[in-house]
Amino acid sequence: MHGVWGKLLYVDLDSDKISEYKIDEEIYEKFLGGRGLAAYILWKELGHKWDQLDPLDPENLLIIMTGPLTGYYPGPKLIISGKSPQSLGVIASGISTGVTYEIKRSGYDGIIIKGAAKEPVYLYVNDRRIEIRDAKKLWGLGGIDLFKALKEDIKINFSLWGSDDYPKFIYIGPAGENKVRTAAVMADLTHGAGYGGYGAVMGSKNLKAVVIKGRERYPRPADPDKVVKLLNSMIDKAYPRMRLSGFRLWGTPEALWDYGFVRSSAPVKNWQEEWHDRPTVTHMAFELMIWTKPHRSCPYCLNVCMHLSKISYKDKILITDGPDYEMSQFLGPNLGIYDTEAIARLSALADYLGLCGIQTGSTIAFAMELYEKGVIDKNDIGYDLRWGDAEAVERLMFDIAYRKGFGNILAEGVYRASLQISKLKNIDITKYTVHVKGIAPGAHGIRSRRDYQPIAYAVSVQGGDHMSVGGLPADSMSSESWRAVQDSAPVCKFATLGSGYDELLATFIGAVTGLEFTKDTIYKDIGPRILTLQRILLLLGGPDIYWDPRLHDDNPPRFYKPLPSGPYKGSFVPRDELEKLKKEYYKALGWNELGIPTEETLRKLGLEEVKTAVDKIKKRLKL
Amino acid sequence: MCEIACALKHEGVPDPLFSRIKIFEYIPGIPVPQLCVQCPDYPCVDACVFNAMYVDEKTGAVIVDKDKCTACGLCIKACPGNIPRRVKDLKYVLICDLCGGDEPECVKICQKLGHNALIKAPKHPGQGAKLYAVAPDKIQTMLVKKILGVEV
Repeated sequence: MHGVWGKLLYVDLDSDKISEYKIDEEIYEKFLGGRGLAAYILWKELGHKWDQLDPLDPENLLIIMTGPLTGYYPGPKLIISGKSPQSLGVIASGISTGVTYEIKRSGYDGIIIKGAAKEPVYLYVNDRRIEIRDAKKLWGLGGIDLFKALKEDIKINFSLWGSDDYPKFIYIGPAGENKVRTAAVMADLTHGAGYGGYGAVMGSKNLKAVVIKGRERYPRPADPDKVVKLLNSMIDKAYPRMRLSGFRLWGTPEALWDYGFVRSSAPVKNWQEEWHDRPTVTHMAFELMIWTKPHRSCPYCLNVCMHLSKISYKDKILITDGPDYEMSQFLGPNLGIYDTEAIARLSALADYLGLCGIQTGSTIAFAMELYEKGVIDKNDIGYDLRWGDAEAVERLMFDIAYRKGFGNILAEGVYRASLQISKLKNIDITKYTVHVKGIAPGAHGIRSRRDYQPIAYAVSVQGGDHMSVGGLPADSMSSESWRAVQDSAPVCKFATLGSGYDELLATFIGAVTGLEFTKDTIYKDIGPRILTLQRILLLLGGPDIYWDPRLHDDNPPRFYKPLPSGPYKGSFVPRDELEKLKKEYYKALGWNELGIPTEETLRKLGLEEVKTAVDKIKKRLKL
Repeated sequence: MCEIACALKHEGVPDPLFSRIKIFEYIPGIPVPQLCVQCPDYPCVDACVFNAMYVDEKTGAVIVDKDKCTACGLCIKACPGNIPRRVKDLKYVLICDLCGGDEPECVKICQKLGHNALIKAPKHPGQGAKLYAVAPDKIQTMLVKKILGVEV
């Protein structure tokens, strides 16, 4: 297959051994790259002991993946994967960063990291030079402090190669170091791969950062002329499209008003409501009060959706990039906070600490509701935790990142924290817990029916991940197959937003890889194959928590309560409707009514080897 | 995207590795576009021991003779901003040639995408232009201090 190197870098931190991990052509054709290939590698290396493997055990793999379209399709995307400490399945967590180009330039399609170092280290790759370096000086640092320290450590030298001799890097903040399950793998100060909790996996390996600079050319595409033609046609359309959409002016914060007010699908006070009309939580407020510099993009992207925001916090200068829609919701209205500056500050703080804003925000909102309902009190936390109290949230974020006091329980993420608190207080608090398979859903509700489909999270192989949602029809851009292929190419979801992009992406993949690639390949072949494998690994789960499709392929209990306010007051999705849609969706993917792939489907997708795992799941579920 | 436009024009591939303009962005959000500023005294041309560089009379751009150049890197060391670039396995250095004096490709695409960050500026007499020939990390340090108020 064209457009890929055919090998990954394999780093064993137990023995400091660095080797190459070769992958057959046939596997690339079946799984493409990125998310698909990561799932396959995890199955192959860990599948036999999946349900006994603790995600924070050194045996777990941290997989950092690029794909065939990296470097060709405008806009960067890097996929971080492994056995997730949140869902215990495979999550492909996307992050936009130039690191993805540097990995591909170093002659590898990705990096697999196994084992754990005895002392903090970072991985340094410069062309052919690959070293595991001491990171004691970097440990504990986050944000711009880390950038400064790392710059001193790597010593950029321009006089040899000219003006681009600087590496890019991904890293973890203090939260990842302390193995907080809501920690993100960070890049570029403000970007995080949050879903999945891979910051904790990286922390469990004592790996502070991966610093990388490559010098190779990209692997040659199958049809270079066609790639250039496609690229040029995208460039021609880019500006008119962006100018009209407003996406360029405001980026994702534009959705604050759209989802919060118009569509009524944004979380408010731990999802008790999904509607608000506060003008202080809108893109206009951010534009007027927060953005230091509008218009900022990832390298080589045609969409420009970010901003630069400078936040003063005590004696520090923190930076955040918007904050974007998800951050603003989860660190804003979902905590009862409507103060524009406080939201930006909390978002910058999450970036600094290396926390996933969505998971951490959801967990804090959950704790706030428990406080409101009187389940926990000041004695448990050490301070008051009322809706809208940004200072308490700040304190709690530090407590979570450093696992102090009550923060130690919340650092386990919303689902595990709820199990622990239930046990501690001897009360069933599941009705306050908003999660799907251990992952708090993103800021797109389903109750008003103006946003994601009712089954979006319930059927997703990545649980509450709002970047990988299911939907009907199964051969359209609503389905999770589309998301799986986006992540396997991998491309940014905003760079493929709008109708007709599945056609374009299929053509693009075909031009780069030389494979016969059409829309049908996405929806009937590669997409379902990746989903099927991910579904099986998700249901294998373990070692401490297992998912039962009869109980857990469901929306959170809160989503069955009618919306209490807004234009869609009273709206919700009844259980029988959800069940009906779920069955329809599973059938379309070739799974049985519980969402367990049938033997025939496995055969059709060339996944016969996972049959033993399916049998194991059936045995556990007593089917 | 200017890097891609440049690479496409000069080497025919959409690979930014071959771009004569480079965006330096160590601190995210504060990018520094870096390209040849055509110093009045051309230290790079003086430094070349293979006579592989000359100055275009019409545009004032530094032109690299691809046959004579060995990519030894002396011009990079001589340049006050280390601006010429070497690419692995490529036998010549990359320096901006102003696309022959017409509107350069990087400017065209920057305008086309509505950023208007790059424009073709007239050349000032004297040593003024040389002030821009500073290593990109130093420019960024200044910009970061100006915009964010922190020393990096």
